Amino acid sequence: MVLMKMKFSFQKRVKLAQSLWLLSWMATVAGSITFCLGCFLKIELRKRAEVMGNTDIYIVPHTLMIVGLGGLGINYFAGRICQDALDPSRFPQWKTFLKPYYGASMFIAFLMFIAMLMSFIMKGSLDSSLRIGLRNGIRFYKDTDTPGRCFQKQSMDRLQMDFQCCGNDDYSDWFEVQWISNRYLDLSTKDVKDRIKSNVDGRYLLDGVPFSCCNPSSPRPCIQYQLTNDSAHFSYEHQTEELNLYLRGCREALVSYYGGLMNTIGVVVLSVLLVQGSVLASLRYLQTSLEALEGQENAEAESEGYLLEKSVKETVMEWLEPVLKLLQLNQVASEEGEAAPA
Amino acid sequence: MALFLIKFDLKKRVQLAQMLWLMYWFAVMAGVLVFAMGLFFKIELRKNSELMDNSESHFVPNLLIAVGLLACGINAFGGKICYDSLDSTKFAKWKGIMKPFLISCLLFMVLLILTALFCFMMRIPLQFTLAEGLKNGMKFYKDTDTPGRCYMKRTLDQMQMEFKCCGNNNYKDWFEIQWVSNRYLDFSAKEVKDRISSNVDGKYLMDAVPFSCCNPTSPRPCIQAQLTNNTAHYSYDHYSEELNIWKRGCQQALVSYYGGMLNTIGALVILVTLLEGVVMIGLQYVNTAMSTLVNPEDPESESEGWMLEKTVKETFTDIMAKMKAMSKGGQVEEGDGDGVATVS
Repeated sequence: MVLMKMKFSFQKRVKLAQSLWLLSWMATVAGSITFCLGCFLKIELRKRAEVMGNTDIYIVPHTLMIVGLGGLGINYFAGRICQDALDPSRFPQWKTFLKPYYGASMFIAFLMFIAMLMSFIMKGSLDSSLRIGLRNGIRFYKDTDTPGRCFQKQSMDRLQMDFQCCGNDDYSDWFEVQWISNRYLDLSTKDVKDRIKSNVDGRYLLDGVPFSCCNPSSPRPCIQYQLTNDSAHFSYEHQTEELNLYLRGCREALVSYYGGLMNTIGVVVLSVLLVQGSVLASLRYLQTSLEALEGQENAEAESEGYLLEKSVKETVMEWLEPVLKLLQLNQVASEEGEAAPA
Repeated sequence: MALFLIKFDLKKRVQLAQMLWLMYWFAVMAGVLVFAMGLFFKIELRKNSELMDNSESHFVPNLLIAVGLLACGINAFGGKICYDSLDSTKFAKWKGIMKPFLISCLLFMVLLILTALFCFMMRIPLQFTLAEGLKNGMKFYKDTDTPGRCYMKRTLDQMQMEFKCCGNNNYKDWFEIQWVSNRYLDFSAKEVKDRISSNVDGKYLMDAVPFSCCNPTSPRPCIQAQLTNNTAHYSYDHYSEELNIWKRGCQQALVSYYGGMLNTIGALVILVTLLEGVVMIGLQYVNTAMSTLVNPEDPESESEGWMLEKTVKETFTDIMAKMKAMSKGGQVEEGDGDGVATVS
């Protein structure tokens, strides 16, 4: 049973070829847009690469770039084929090219679908990567003299100021880490010695945060130190104070930023996929309706076009047959091999 | 003797007209660019308008916008004339307007040069307006409860963080004003009472700066308070400390930011002026070439084109003579009027 048969008169074929040409140009532009979106996402992820624990998330922009380039190639050929389509002398030269072309196109369309899915669901991986990265960023904040970590302080400060956030989940993350380097602590004073003795690891912990957590919208000058001590500051109550520091955690801020970006990209890739699908379907109809005309004298006769010659099941079986044969051959060969020595 | 005489045949005339038409299109784009730059500059000024005082003038961006629109109009008109010039019948209707149009092009070029000059000179009034505006801004930093000034703190903090600067001329400006509001000062504490009684105006002054002056690239956590007291902080020497807070003053930072923008715009306007000059000369050649056809009926006849009909000196004396004649004509009329009045 032929799948989705349609009759095509000469006029309809001409119109199909023209609209296919236009569609293939649109799809080429869409492919380049996908490539640019992939590049843009990669650059945005690279900007904050220091606070990410792993690079798993980079698979999304890389897939987008591959899909964009593949789409450009496919649609370029689609345009060339449909330009030659209505000329019966030039069309046959494309015949042998078409089967591998459809295979490659299906693969690229499948990749596009995967890329779209990934941009919606990779949030979880990003979240765990940021959790690790930010924890390290806060831990190594004080190591401005250690090579390899000396810019950790600067990048954490800029991150907190740009994204208006503080700490990993919230500002109290800074209370659990020594973020002031020992080089700037007078270890002979009583206060410092008390603080260091008060915990097992001998770290200088305090209920204070770096200046980059300060919120400029606060009506009073920023309170950074002795945050939990209400009596240390006039008219201050740390339970109800909301504007003094940024209340949001940086992990949440970054996930929502990148998540929004990837959602938009996913929607764009979905529309590109639809355009690409329509290009491939139109090309298939054009090809089959022209092949039905072969051998006929009158190039302006009516013909039928279809998507698949047999039903979906039969087509899939036809494709898989050579693959299965190869596997069976291997099995038989290995059985014989086992029988012989035994 | 005509200035820069060139002989034209049909082919050369056509080439000249085509090239000129293309250049007029570039000139229209250039006009659009000048308009866009004027708009952009106006928006940038508006963004920081809270830090400028009332004498802030938007004269230069408004002038740029007007000049950009005018350039588009004049060049589009010139392009139309040029497009019609290849057809002698169409060109005939433009003949009368050509001379006034060319004179207006010349005046427009003068306007462009003046605009460029204003662009380069705007730095000076900008500096004064910023100095005044920043001084007031810092005074009102603490007034987050006064309507009309409650966002000054946020504006100033964000500006200091964005432009990487502190204070008006440098960070010491913060030592001379009270930037902590009285609402957050405990007047029963000894320290507060000491500071307030230490100066004539009863202001709470201290050698500290707001958090927005902090430099993120400093290797140590930011020191904001007791900046001049070396013993208050471990291993700290305020004379040699360079990375702790921003050293630059906001006045200098903003002036150099806007100044750079103005320099670029001024250079662009000068380029547009040169382009306008070239198209004006081209149009003059087209005009003269089309007007001096040897055989007016035959479009393929030869013709001559020049920049000025006589030499520069003779043209100048001609213009002076004309102007004198015009003013004398006016005088004679006045004389008649007086005569008539006295007679009656």
